[in-house]
Amino acid sequence: MKILVPVKRVVDYNVKVRVKSDGSGVDIANVKMSMNPFDEIAIEEAVRLREKGVATEVIAVSCGVTQCQETLRTAMAIGADRGILVETPADVDLQPLAVAKLLKALIDKEQPGLIILGKQAIDDDCNQTGQMLAALADLPQATYASKIEVAEGRASVTREIDGGLEILSISLPAVVTTDLRLNEPRYVTLPNIMKAKKKHLDTYKPEDLGVDISPRIKTLKVSEPAKRSAGIKVPDVAALVDKLKNVAKVI
Amino acid sequence: MTALVIAEHDNASIKGATLNTVTAAAACGGDVHVLVAGHHAAAAAAAAAQIAGVSKVIHVDSESLAHALAENVAAEVLAIAGHYSHILFPSTAGGKNVAPRVAAKLDVAQISDITKVDAPDTFERPIYAGNAIATVQSTDGTKVITVRTTGFDAAASSGGTAALETNVAQADSGKSSFKGSEIAKNDRPELTAAKIIVSGGRALGSSEKFNEVMTPLADKLGAAIGASRAAVDAGYAANDLQVGQTGKIVAPQLYIACGISGAIQHLAGMKDSKVIVAINKDPEAPIFSVADFGLEADLFSAVPELVRSL
Repeated sequence: MKILVPVKRVVDYNVKVRVKSDGSGVDIANVKMSMNPFDEIAIEEAVRLREKGVATEVIAVSCGVTQCQETLRTAMAIGADRGILVETPADVDLQPLAVAKLLKALIDKEQPGLIILGKQAIDDDCNQTGQMLAALADLPQATYASKIEVAEGRASVTREIDGGLEILSISLPAVVTTDLRLNEPRYVTLPNIMKAKKKHLDTYKPEDLGVDISPRIKTLKVSEPAKRSAGIKVPDVAALVDKLKNVAKVI
Repeated sequence: MTALVIAEHDNASIKGATLNTVTAAAACGGDVHVLVAGHHAAAAAAAAAQIAGVSKVIHVDSESLAHALAENVAAEVLAIAGHYSHILFPSTAGGKNVAPRVAAKLDVAQISDITKVDAPDTFERPIYAGNAIATVQSTDGTKVITVRTTGFDAAASSGGTAALETNVAQADSGKSSFKGSEIAKNDRPELTAAKIIVSGGRALGSSEKFNEVMTPLADKLGAAIGASRAAVDAGYAANDLQVGQTGKIVAPQLYIACGISGAIQHLAGMKDSKVIVAINKDPEAPIFSVADFGLEADLFSAVPELVRSL
């Protein structure tokens, strides 16, 4: 069984982005870019399934600009066997529906038994691509996974839901999206980074896959959120209780 | 122009997030209908018909809808989607699970996590963990939306007189099945609906300490318990308690952060709270920059003292 793992190149988790003064977007020139953290968890899970003998091959896919190759190399350093880049022009705002369509075309080509993706990217915070892909490919889905077990053509997936956990059994092929407790991704070692450089990487254009990637949503402006100003420091617990009771009147 | 709200419910009652979503739907202009897809969910459908501002409730009942499987719920929405200009889900685990399936099948983009409706086709939504607010315009015919509940007031749960209609359910997809669930049982208010939240961070050091220190404070205040991602990652607290960018977004009347440094991802989940209290021994902790009342102290002595003085 092949596992397809889509990964996204995003502004690093630790970068605090700044809104551009003309309101056209956020300034991401010269900031550190990394693999979306939930996608790292997805790659790790796929590699573990291959190491257990459940899967035979892990294919990492990224849709976006040329530099997404770096993200794919990271995925291959974690253990993905090969990479596919769907290269899109830098001036096109690539949105989840378009990505889902590109991935659907790759599913048709590669016929994976399982597709594992991050539940959400930390840049646009959309939380859409996995579910959209499942719908377009008419596959069952299990989102926000904290445990995946594969046996006899089905996956048993424990999902993080509001208030607790839920276990679903889904027939394969299927789409699973990862939550943060699924696993802890391994550290990438230098020998593995060197090995990853030699792994195979295919490149497609959206036209090769017959997909129209024009955006459906226009961003009219991007602005700073309303700032919350710091309040006061209180010297002790008694003063805190007094403030809460008599000033804020919330208890 | 009519908007459809997909109700969040447990078959017996309507969850609070539905009420905020109705308010967002009304802001899109036009009538508001509510879909209650469930099993033995007549009570939930009747409750939905009481929500102020709702003109029609569509109730679909089937065993295949008992556990809100994404494939089956999406099929019910798609069966009636043609009648609607806007389809809105609350941004809950359930809503976020189903909405993109509906959008993709309709070949429309989804607008996630809106906090404001500027016009029927223009919405505001936070991006980059709330560090920027994007104003976006949809060019699609049908707007599929998830609603950040803290961005909208709750509609009144009574006073409405909606017509109640029953639809025949679509066939079970057969591709997924529900095997079981572990829902934490306690008498505490739900995190996203709580008036007071006490939240613990990595400084608590262990899951035993987390419970020992945070539980008495929550009990005393009748509060829900939250946690930072650091505390969840370290295994001190369950994942469904996580407040932040990738967890729950909350806006209670009072948020007490204990031993939470205040990473931007955490602030993204709670900075709309009315009053924020931070207890932290590090004077430089970023949480103090958003706190109305900051107490620079060791939480292991300050929190028990707070419990005693309340």
